[in-house]
Amino acid sequence: MGNKGKNGYAFLKLSIGRASTFLVFLFICLLFFTLERIFSPNPRFLTLDNISNILRQVSVYAILAVGETFVILTAGIDLSVGSVLALCGAISAGLSLSHPLWLAILSGILLGVAIGTFQGLIIAKGGVPPFVATLGTMAIARSLTLVYTKGALISPLPKGFQFLGSGYLFHELFSLPIIITLFIYIIAYVVLSRTAFGRRIYAIGGNEEASRLSGINVSLYKLYIYAISGMTAALGGLVMTARLNCAHPQAGLGYELDAIAAVVIGGTSLMGGEGGVGGTLIGALIMGVLNNGLNLLEVNPFWQQAVVGSLIIIAVLLDRLRKRRD
Amino acid sequence: MKRWILYLIACSFIPLLFFGCAKKKEKEIVLGYSTPALNNTFWIRVTNGIKEECAKKGVKVIVADAQDNPYKQLNDVDDLIQKKVDALLISPYESDPIVPAVQSANKANIPVIIVDIGTSGGEYASLIISDNIKGGRLAGEYMVKALNGKGKVAHIQCQLGAVNAQKRGQGFEEALKGSNVQVVVKRPADSRRDKALQVMEDILQRHPDLDGVFAQNDEMALGALQAIEAAGKLGKIKVIGFDGNKDALEAIKEGKMLATVAQQPEEMGKMAVDIALKVLKGEKVEKNIYVPVKLVTKENVDEFLSKFK
Repeated sequence: MGNKGKNGYAFLKLSIGRASTFLVFLFICLLFFTLERIFSPNPRFLTLDNISNILRQVSVYAILAVGETFVILTAGIDLSVGSVLALCGAISAGLSLSHPLWLAILSGILLGVAIGTFQGLIIAKGGVPPFVATLGTMAIARSLTLVYTKGALISPLPKGFQFLGSGYLFHELFSLPIIITLFIYIIAYVVLSRTAFGRRIYAIGGNEEASRLSGINVSLYKLYIYAISGMTAALGGLVMTARLNCAHPQAGLGYELDAIAAVVIGGTSLMGGEGGVGGTLIGALIMGVLNNGLNLLEVNPFWQQAVVGSLIIIAVLLDRLRKRRD
Repeated sequence: MKRWILYLIACSFIPLLFFGCAKKKEKEIVLGYSTPALNNTFWIRVTNGIKEECAKKGVKVIVADAQDNPYKQLNDVDDLIQKKVDALLISPYESDPIVPAVQSANKANIPVIIVDIGTSGGEYASLIISDNIKGGRLAGEYMVKALNGKGKVAHIQCQLGAVNAQKRGQGFEEALKGSNVQVVVKRPADSRRDKALQVMEDILQRHPDLDGVFAQNDEMALGALQAIEAAGKLGKIKVIGFDGNKDALEAIKEGKMLATVAQQPEEMGKMAVDIALKVLKGEKVEKNIYVPVKLVTKENVDEFLSKFK
């Protein structure tokens, strides 16, 4: 960590926004790499196959976490993403059995946007706290998923839909879920760091009242932000449905917490106003590397969650202490 | 100073990583086992059967727990394939979402043995499964006998997508045909004890004159039993479960629960390992292997309880 804090990592700070998150990520990778060298007869951690394996595994959480980052940047929270993922995945899968694929996919995405907009309305116009509004939507969306699927699975899916989850270019490293994820991150990064829209999101998170007084239409922005979160939840649902080759009424149960964890580990403040999607991507990768590394090291599965929980706390602790030093 | 404290905290977690780490060994047979949930007694017992048999045969086994999440199970299987295990034992969370995982294993040329539940696609060497329809029939026939051929029963189901549990329900309802025992209410309780307690409380409100309950697994039967006990109707309502878990057997011994249909999860695990070793030697194996189920009542409960001692 040293005293280089402000200058040495300038490049990292620009590209990731959170040097310390990245260092934690490197430290964890190094740790697993070393442990595997010691304990395992054939180390697999840093093989190309395994890296694409990890990236594929985190794709769904990572996509959800993009929308969640936007929401948390404005000091909000979106608890509905896991249920919206299930609902949009199920509707897309159901439609794809009888309609053209593009229509099914578009309907799923639009539904996500619609649910997000509906939440934004309740929060911005109705003044309901985000936690409560999205908690309600979480239950409604889960319930609608059960109604639509009648509690059963929708499968098998048409070939094109499956291709979304298993297709790749040249090598598995460029499989579609990974490409889709990176594409979403690039767009989100540009929006947040290069546009007036992005700067206003930070402003609202930093000080909502001041933003309103300076002429930003805060209510409208909240609509946009929750719509974005609904959209990424729907996209996550599409990728997950395609990967599992079925829509599942209980899909995405508890994923909102994984998405929020990725955002928080990535250094976005729950108070709003600081952080970004670069950190979130690293946060999602940290969680993915942990799960995969612990599996490869054959750590007793009963212990795995304790390790993940501890490292989440350590990651955030490191960050807090660094802030205090700065 | 502060930083050192932090490093100390960080380092203090490192020993955690060493739990269950494997020792370095070359050239031994390694099996991978992907289980849907280790918070469920049934899967713990299958896992124990697998571990014991592996210890006996001198092969290594790596267990991955999907924590009730079909997507995590897909990732677990991918990780086990990365580990280059010699054969994969999979107990699917459900038979549809496991298909891509089975196909990945096929692509990596790793033989797959499915332990219970089943898969809707992909290539596998063998499926080891309980005879669920027959088990459901046993439960239904015994219910008819216990109620002297007349009464109202509730039917508590696992998740509606769980194919095997539905087969138990189908067998149970088939056995009721031709008698005057009727299913007056059917509700899912997701295989969980806490959910079944809640569902049963509601059922008792609606149907105070209920005579019996069939739950598609023991966890739910025990939840229903709690609700019945709290309502002061113990003994008035006959409860039959499915699985043969320890708690259920004890409830039968105490006379709180009427019966259960015992599966043999340890036996399933043992068979899975034996089949895997046969496949690796290149021997021929059966495609479908049905593990027998048995009705457990107060008369024969001790024989089943003795397995847990």
